Amino acid sequence: MSATAPAAAGAPANLAEHFPEGVAADTRKGYEGYVVGAGQLLQVAGAIRDKLGYDYLSSVTGVDYPDSNQIEVVYHAFKTSGGPGLNFKVQADRNDPVVPSLVGLYPGAEFQEREIFDMYGVRFDGHPDLRRILMWDGFAGHPMRKDWKEPFFEEDLKPFGSRWPGGDVRRSEELDPFGANVQYPPDFDPYEWTPETENAIYKLMQPKADNGNGGHLKTDKLVVNIGPQHPSTHGVFRMVVVLDGETVVDLKPVMGYLHRNHEKIGERNTFLQNMPYTDRLDYLASMSNNHAYALSVERLMGVKVPERAEYLRVLMVELTRICSHMWAIGFLLNDLGAFQTPALYAIKERELILDLFEATAGSRMMCNYMRFGGVSRDLPAALRDENTMDFLRELVVNRLPYAIDELDRFLTHSEILRARCIGVGVLAGEKAIAYSAAGPLLRASGVNYDLRRADPYSIYDRFDFNVCTRPNGDVYDRYLVRIDEMRESVRICQQVVAGMPTGGEILAGKPQYNVRVPAGESYGRVENPKGELGFYVVSTGKTNPWRYHVRAPSFVNLTLLGEMCKGHKIADVVVILGSIDIVLGEVDR
Amino acid sequence: MYGSGILAGLGVTLKHFIDSYVDDLKFLGQRYYNPAALNKRQGTRGKGVFTVQFPEEKLPTPERFRFIPFLLYDEKADGTHDDRCTSCGICAKVCPPQCIWIKRSNDPVTGRPVPQPAAFYIDIDICMNCGYCAEYCPFDAIKMDHDYELASFDRTSAHIYDKQKLDKPVAYYASLRPTDYAAEEKARAEEEAKKAAKKADAAAKAPAPAAA
Repeated sequence: MSATAPAAAGAPANLAEHFPEGVAADTRKGYEGYVVGAGQLLQVAGAIRDKLGYDYLSSVTGVDYPDSNQIEVVYHAFKTSGGPGLNFKVQADRNDPVVPSLVGLYPGAEFQEREIFDMYGVRFDGHPDLRRILMWDGFAGHPMRKDWKEPFFEEDLKPFGSRWPGGDVRRSEELDPFGANVQYPPDFDPYEWTPETENAIYKLMQPKADNGNGGHLKTDKLVVNIGPQHPSTHGVFRMVVVLDGETVVDLKPVMGYLHRNHEKIGERNTFLQNMPYTDRLDYLASMSNNHAYALSVERLMGVKVPERAEYLRVLMVELTRICSHMWAIGFLLNDLGAFQTPALYAIKERELILDLFEATAGSRMMCNYMRFGGVSRDLPAALRDENTMDFLRELVVNRLPYAIDELDRFLTHSEILRARCIGVGVLAGEKAIAYSAAGPLLRASGVNYDLRRADPYSIYDRFDFNVCTRPNGDVYDRYLVRIDEMRESVRICQQVVAGMPTGGEILAGKPQYNVRVPAGESYGRVENPKGELGFYVVSTGKTNPWRYHVRAPSFVNLTLLGEMCKGHKIADVVVILGSIDIVLGEVDR
Repeated sequence: MYGSGILAGLGVTLKHFIDSYVDDLKFLGQRYYNPAALNKRQGTRGKGVFTVQFPEEKLPTPERFRFIPFLLYDEKADGTHDDRCTSCGICAKVCPPQCIWIKRSNDPVTGRPVPQPAAFYIDIDICMNCGYCAEYCPFDAIKMDHDYELASFDRTSAHIYDKQKLDKPVAYYASLRPTDYAAEEKARAEEEAKKAAKKADAAAKAPAPAAA
C-alpha cells in the first residue's frame, strides 16, 4: 500500500492544476480537499475517476451552513487499490440548491443522492429517479436542515436546560396531548391524499413492450410488493417487484419504515452521547460501529489510543465480525427454507461471545464499549466460573475454529444450497466497484478491497491475515467469503490473545464527559462486517457535532439489489437479499 | 456421489443430537435444575443443547450487567439515610436520551443550593441503559441495577421512577457488584488518606510562618 500513498498524496495538487477554474482548495480551518464549482463538477469528477484513479465513491452527503446560506454536498472518493482518499465538495444556494448528479459516473451515488434530496432538498440534475427515500411522500420540509424542528422539539442542543437544576419531570406527549407527532404541509389532508411516489414507482417500472421474451408471447406484467411485513425481508423493508410470470423484470427497494433520523439526533447530542446511539445502527455489530465513530472523532481530537485498548478494540471487533457473519449465514439458510436449524447452530457460539461482551461492557448487544481515546472497561477477572483469559483462549483456539469447520461441513457441500446459490445474483467486479458495494458483497466479486489492508486503521497492520476474495460474484461465493472471513477473524483473535499486553492503560487521559473537539471535518471508516462503515463528522469546536453522517454499508449495498435480481425467479430475490446481509437499523437510520 | 453433501449435513445434525446426551452423562446431574447448571451447559466445555428454559431458569447476570440506574444512600448509625447524591447534575447532563430530571434543593434561609436533591426522577421508558450516569458520577451515587423484569400494566404511572423508588442502600450495591464496590472503596480510602496526609502536612507547616 505504501507504493500508492505518494501518488495519492500528490494527486490532489494536480486537481487544482488541472482545473484552474472552478476548483479551489478548501482552506477553512480543519477542512481538507477541494471545493468544486457546480458547473465543473461532472468534468472534475470524471477526471478524478478516470485520470486520477479514484474509482470508488464511498460517501456522498450534505451539510447545511445557514450562516453562509449554503448547502454543501461532500464526496469522498477512494481507490480500490488502497491508500488515502480524496474529498471534494460542491456548494449550492440554500434557497434553491441544484447540483449535477454523479449517478452517470458513479452509479453508487444513486441512493445517497436521493437521501440528500430527501433530507436537505438538494435537487440533483440528471438523477434517474429522484424521489424521497427515507421520509414519506407527503412529508413537510427537509429534516436535516438546521432550521427544521421535530414535533416535541425542546432545544437545539443537549443537555436540555429543563433537566437540571429545576427538573420537573414530564413526558413529551403531555406537552401537546391532543396533537399528533406528525407534521403536515399547509392545506394537507391525509384522508384525501393519494401518494404520488407509489404511482411513480409503478409507472417507472412499466417495462418495455418486449417483455424480454422476444414479444412472441403476450403476457401480463404483475406487480408484487414483498414486505414491508414479510419474514424474509429481515425487518421492515419492502421490495416492489415487477414480474413476468415468475421472472423478475424490475425491482425497487422501498425503505424508511424504521427511520428515526439518527443523524438529526446525533447533531443534537454531544459527541460522547452519540456513542450508545451508534450501537443501534447495525445492532448485530455494535462494537464495530463504536469503533468507526471513535476513530472519526479521535482523528479530529488527535488522541493516541493506548496499546492495550487497541488490542481490546481489535479483539471485540473481530469477535463481532464472527457473530455477524454467523447470523448472515444462518439467516441466509433460513431464507433458503432450511428453517431455523442452521440458524441456531450458527448462533450457538455467539452465546459465548455475547457472554464476553456482557461481562466486559455490561450489555450483550448495545455494548457502548468504546470511548474517545480507548475503551470503557478492561476485561473482567472472571467470566462465569472461569478465568477470562482461559475462557478467551478456549474460545478462539478451540471452539470457534471447530464451530466454523462444522458449519462448513454442514452446509458448503449441501446439494440444495449449491443448487439454490451457484450462479444466482451474479455481480461483476467492475459493477460492484461502480455501485460502491462494500464488504463481502464486493470481495465475493473478486475485488481485493478490505479496509483493514487497503487503508489500515487501528493496529491491523501488525496482524497476519488474508483478505478473502472469490471470483464468481454469486450468492454462493458471498457465503464462502463469509466462512473464509470468519476463519481470518479467528486468526486475528488468536494473535490478539497471544500478543495482548498485560495491564496498562485502557483510556488515554482522564475520562471526560464533555469533550471539546477541535473545529474541522473528519471521515473515519472501518471494515464493518457488512462493509465499509464511515462516519463523517463536522465540528465547530463546540461540544456538539455540527454534522454527523453515517455511511451505512447496508444502505449503499441495497443500490445493487435491483440489478442483481433482474432475470432471476422471484424465489431467488429472497436469497439475493439474504446474501447482501442488511440490517434495517442501519439502512433506515 | 450426488446427495453426499446432504448426508454429511444430516450427520452434523445427528451429532448435535447425540452430543446433548453425551453432555448429560458427562456432567451427570449438573446440567439442569441447579444454580450453576448454565455455567456447565453454556460454558466453554458444553457441547450439547445450549438453550435456557426461561422463565424456569434465567441467565446469570454478570457483575457489570447494566439495566436502569438507581441511587445509593449510606445508612447512618441512627437509621437515617445519607444520600450520596449532591445534585451536581452531571448524570442529567451526560444522559444521551435525557431521561434524568433533578431538582436541586436550596437552603430555606440563605437561598443557596445545598448538596441534596429535592427531587430526582428517571423515566425508564426513555432510559437506554448506556450506563453513562454511573460511569461519570464523581460521587459513586448512581449505579446501574440488575433487575430487568420491569413490565407493568400502566406505563403512565409506573414508569417514572421518583427518588423514593430509586433509593437503594449501599449494601445492595455491594452485593450486586462486589468487585467494583471493593475497588471504589479502596480508591476512596486512598483519597481520604491522601487528604488527611495533606491536612496533617499543612497543619505541620502552618505554625512555621506564624512563628516567623
